[in-house]
Amino acid sequence: MGAYIVRRLLLMFVTLIGMSILIFVMLRLVPGNITDIIFDSAGFVNPAAKKKIEKQLGLDQPIAVQYITWIGGLMRGDLGYAYVSEKPAIEEILPRIPVTAKLALLALVFSTMFGVPLGVLSAVRQNTWLDYVLRVISLSGLSLPSFWLGLLILMAFVHFLGWIPIYRSDTGSIWQEFVLLSIPAAAVGFRSSALVMRLTRSSMLEVLRQDYIRTARAKGASETAVNYDHALRNAVLPVVTIIGIEAAFLIGGLIVTETVFNIPGVARFLVEAIRWRDYPIVQNLVMFIAIIVVFVNFLIDMMYAVLDPRIKYEE
Amino acid sequence: MAVIDHDAELAKAGANVHGWFGGLLFFVRRYPLGAIGAVIMVLFLATALFADQITAFDPLTTNARISLAPPGGEHVLGADFMGRDVFSRIVYGARISLAVAVGATSLGCIIGVTIGLMSGFFGGWFDLLVQRLMDIMQSLPLLVMALVMAASLGPSLPNTIIAIAIPLVPNVARIIRSNTLSLREMPFVEAARAIGMSEARIAFVHVLPNTLAPLIVLATAQLGSAILVESSLAFLGLGVPEPHPSWGRMLSESAAEYVRTAPWLVIFPGVAISSVVFGTNLFGDAIRDILDPRQRI
Repeated sequence: MGAYIVRRLLLMFVTLIGMSILIFVMLRLVPGNITDIIFDSAGFVNPAAKKKIEKQLGLDQPIAVQYITWIGGLMRGDLGYAYVSEKPAIEEILPRIPVTAKLALLALVFSTMFGVPLGVLSAVRQNTWLDYVLRVISLSGLSLPSFWLGLLILMAFVHFLGWIPIYRSDTGSIWQEFVLLSIPAAAVGFRSSALVMRLTRSSMLEVLRQDYIRTARAKGASETAVNYDHALRNAVLPVVTIIGIEAAFLIGGLIVTETVFNIPGVARFLVEAIRWRDYPIVQNLVMFIAIIVVFVNFLIDMMYAVLDPRIKYEE
Repeated sequence: MAVIDHDAELAKAGANVHGWFGGLLFFVRRYPLGAIGAVIMVLFLATALFADQITAFDPLTTNARISLAPPGGEHVLGADFMGRDVFSRIVYGARISLAVAVGATSLGCIIGVTIGLMSGFFGGWFDLLVQRLMDIMQSLPLLVMALVMAASLGPSLPNTIIAIAIPLVPNVARIIRSNTLSLREMPFVEAARAIGMSEARIAFVHVLPNTLAPLIVLATAQLGSAILVESSLAFLGLGVPEPHPSWGRMLSESAAEYVRTAPWLVIFPGVAISSVVFGTNLFGDAIRDILDPRQRI
């Protein structure tokens, strides 16, 4: 087990190094950097002034040197300066994280709260009308773009209540902030609850076909005991995995939803930074996302080792 | 347990199904939801192919007099701010969605199959390197990866297709690799090797056809997600550029402001995206049940 953890940690490290190189090179593939954008919008180009700015930003150096500078800074906790605002990147990123984290957490709670029970219900009542309805709902959850769902929610609020639930940071009470965040969280969480529901259903069905379920039935256990004590406990492991992965991958939905609801979070900030070719922000944020994903994957694997005694780690 | 009705069981399993029409009828009876999905996909395809015949208006012509005209009358679904017919733009937008869905999925599959096959077949350091690369690519959510790719390649239709195809590669490569690994040990591969067949020929002629079923399942599942990612990219202003009528872009033009003033600009493009993706998902589920009955998600 100890060797397994060490190997996994090493692998994590390699993946992150690879990610940093990939993202760094990808961002610099295209001709044109922020100076081009600035000077294009200004309308005329003074080559000397452009050179000067490029030098200031360190864009005149070879790409390998730029990379080492970035990684070296990252190790010391120095993320460099944002091009657009000229503030330290960390001051731009950190304050935007809490609201996105709250949103992600709410969305996750939403998806677990609806996804798991409805998935179980769907499996226990397999091939009844209830199962069909739930399956169509979950499939539609995977088909609606979350930004459109967000727009529809906004529309419903405007038409029926006459106000738009736009997020403000100065709401005063926690309760109000909760209400304002849970609306976009529902828009994001609908998709993942659909995913969780489908997976819970298939995982339950898989377990319900097992021999030990038949044994439980044969010894006269009640239907409730079979479904919830015997089946659900075994079916829940893959569900935990998908919830964990969704936690890291929610960011995709958060990007568009924060844009729709005008929430000043870190996901929307990433898009703005990408548009401006604000490399220090983009590369640090992408690394941040990658670290979360890799770390969550690691945690899931560890949890598996604890929850499922059948898994052995000797090789 | 009730008495087993043999004829009914046989019919359910697809015995006595003859000809393409019989097959079609069986599919519709056995997978009604999948059949609905197939109908939606055919409609979508026809819309994209016959866009010229379907619409009376050019999707790009602006007309200030009908700016923000509500639905009804000559312009069935209304007009946008620039006075362009919304119905025509949705019909022509099907072409963009189709191009991206088919283009990105096939490109992603071709690259993924090649990589997965080589990785599983050759093993060794090549396999190790490829696996780490796939790890790296999978450590970013699909949309984030596509966003960075789209931004670094620049806005155009081919670039959007590439930006969506590349993040799909690891999924395909993983599945093909794991299938190849088990197929490699099969007697028929050994037999092929014994009669002196080249490794490349074994890989492409004998192993690849046996991985087709999971590949088709994965590819149909990806069609919908390619359309969704394209619409998200376009919505964020990083997809197919103006003046192409992409469904996602139609929503970004209208967005929050028109929620209040011109709801038809928000509703119709979204309905188009959702119903097409819903159709491909329904169809994809049926395909998975047929080709890969053990894997039911």
